[in-house]
Amino acid sequence: MKVDCNINIHHLARVEGHGNIRIKIHDGKLQEAKWEVVETPRFFEAILVGKKWDNAPWICGRICGICSIGHTLASIRAVENAFGIIPAAQTQKLRLLLKHMETLQSHILHLYFLSAPDFLNAGSVFPLIKSHPDIVIKAAGIKKLANDMCDCIGGRRMHPTRPVVGGFTMLPDKKELIKFRERLQDVVNGLLFTAELFRTFNIPDFVRETEFVSLKGDGNYPFIGGGLISTDGVTKKEQEYKQMTNEYIVGQSTSKWSRLSRRSFAVGALARINNNFEFLHPAAREVSLSFGLKPLTHNPYMNNIAQMVECVHVVNESLGLIEELLDSEWTGPRQEVVFQKGTGVGAVEVPRGILYHCYEFDEAGHIVKCDCVIPTSQNHANIQHDLEELAGKYASEGMKDRDIELLAEMLVRSYDPCISCSVH
Amino acid sequence: MDAGLVRTYLGVPLYRPKVAFFEFSSCEGCQLQLLNNESSLLDFLALVDVVNFREAMKEKADDYEIAFVEGSITRSDEAERLKDIRSKAKVLVALGSCACFGGVNQLKNRFSLDWVKKEVYGNSPVETEPVRPLGDVVRVDLKIFGCPVKKEEVEKIVTNIAVGKAVAHPKYPVCTECKANENICLFDLGEPCLGPITRGGCDSWCPNSRFGCWGCRGPAEDANVEQLKKIMKEYGFSEDTILDRLECFGGFSAFADTLRKSGEKNKGTSA
Repeated sequence: MKVDCNINIHHLARVEGHGNIRIKIHDGKLQEAKWEVVETPRFFEAILVGKKWDNAPWICGRICGICSIGHTLASIRAVENAFGIIPAAQTQKLRLLLKHMETLQSHILHLYFLSAPDFLNAGSVFPLIKSHPDIVIKAAGIKKLANDMCDCIGGRRMHPTRPVVGGFTMLPDKKELIKFRERLQDVVNGLLFTAELFRTFNIPDFVRETEFVSLKGDGNYPFIGGGLISTDGVTKKEQEYKQMTNEYIVGQSTSKWSRLSRRSFAVGALARINNNFEFLHPAAREVSLSFGLKPLTHNPYMNNIAQMVECVHVVNESLGLIEELLDSEWTGPRQEVVFQKGTGVGAVEVPRGILYHCYEFDEAGHIVKCDCVIPTSQNHANIQHDLEELAGKYASEGMKDRDIELLAEMLVRSYDPCISCSVH
Repeated sequence: MDAGLVRTYLGVPLYRPKVAFFEFSSCEGCQLQLLNNESSLLDFLALVDVVNFREAMKEKADDYEIAFVEGSITRSDEAERLKDIRSKAKVLVALGSCACFGGVNQLKNRFSLDWVKKEVYGNSPVETEPVRPLGDVVRVDLKIFGCPVKKEEVEKIVTNIAVGKAVAHPKYPVCTECKANENICLFDLGEPCLGPITRGGCDSWCPNSRFGCWGCRGPAEDANVEQLKKIMKEYGFSEDTILDRLECFGGFSAFADTLRKSGEKNKGTSA
């Protein structure tokens, strides 16, 4: 059957921010497939200019409501790198634990509230409260634990108050960490349930080869700082990030696009696993392999599974981190900050992929130049090329427009885009 | 959507108002705060009938009574969309600092539009306007302050709307709540803080974590900004530090403008 279809999705639902999908197929042939980003820019890179260094993490955290902790940590790292500050081991561990809990809450939010409804034939999570109460309660429980831990370590789950340049304003109570250790152990079982649930989902079988970019593991599955790597063999230092991101401006998007060795690349959980599979916690590696997820996986829908695998990883690693923190004598919460003229880059793996903040400071510690490269902006070109290939493939196979529309929506959602973040 | 039992108040079944959520230039964090409510989300959903919430659901309807609107207005199409929402909603609620005052976005208004466009997009065309809070474009019936909004406060306000109670914001400052929480004064820890002049209601959220207040909720009733400036100077904080905080979220814009102008003038005379 030769299909004609005209798909026009204005402000795609269940994603963060504003994006449109437009697909035109005539006589079974693809005329146009477009991923448009219409979000209004907020100009964070300009509004930071002239501000003193301590403003950067506080203001830049506001780039994103979902990964504000990741933005705050990337911003702090950029400032610390500019001033030559090396955070204490205790600070590094607490930051990683905080980061892990953001990853957990964000992945669970995406997997259950944004992605799962597609697989369960629902328009949102709300009807699932009645039809699948066990699923929603389990998800809410895991998310609550992650958010509660973010409150405990970061002061607040959104736009955190305690992480600052040099460390934290305040440390959590060790007794609280002991309680969280118990609750985390319950989550290990909750995640087994998640894995079994996702095993029943029909992940679309669509493959388009691309390049994957992430931090490069150095003995550990990487989250905060370090070298950069791509599956096409490119490696760069953190401060050389611009050679990895190569941002450019396109007409169909208020977000910038990126490219490296090919016309597009992908970042995110799938990219991290494709580059650092060997460093996953053994329990996470086992779940990953049980879904057939191993390097190199080129199916973008598998990013959902990759996020689920990362949930298993961060929960297990967090248990270890809590153990190490409880076993050590704690020092003060923060180091003294001495500012200096210079430039610093902070690369952090946030839920949707690698995030870079870069600031240049003058002698007085004021920002002269600011640059933020967001994971979703690095993914936009890849989403566009996936969408073209997907629409063309299924149109030629005679698939109904309603099915193509759903697969297109699910494709974009698989990237878990954070659109307002990508425009910032 | 229908999410469970109908609640009663004083034995009377509650009317569940149809509510919709919308967002303009923002991080969408204030809406997310509602989804972040794992333990009370279901109770909240029993209280209202959510008919439009793009961040969470695919279904949408234009038939709503209360519109919660997040974000500030930075482009002409946003102003048009907001006017359309206003025409449909009986009650329009500005949700969060961006909607109430412009939020961090309004820091852009310190610069010329030409400069900010060039700084971020080079010579490529991009459309943007000076940042405006919702109230500069349409009538706003109720403001919920904060960056982010505090979920307990939103729930209390929504409950009050649902049961027909008046909604009143605290008139006292964050400092009052901070004292009641028995925190060490941040000035004594060497940290700047706008707690003495910022509207309470957040339960001194930031100072509880030994992080000074940045004024995200705007001025308290009868806020004495001049006196605070004097006190902060006595504690050794520079005018720049005070200005950074006063101008951060837009709630103190009149004071910040004056301070910025006097700062520029002083720099001009000393140079």
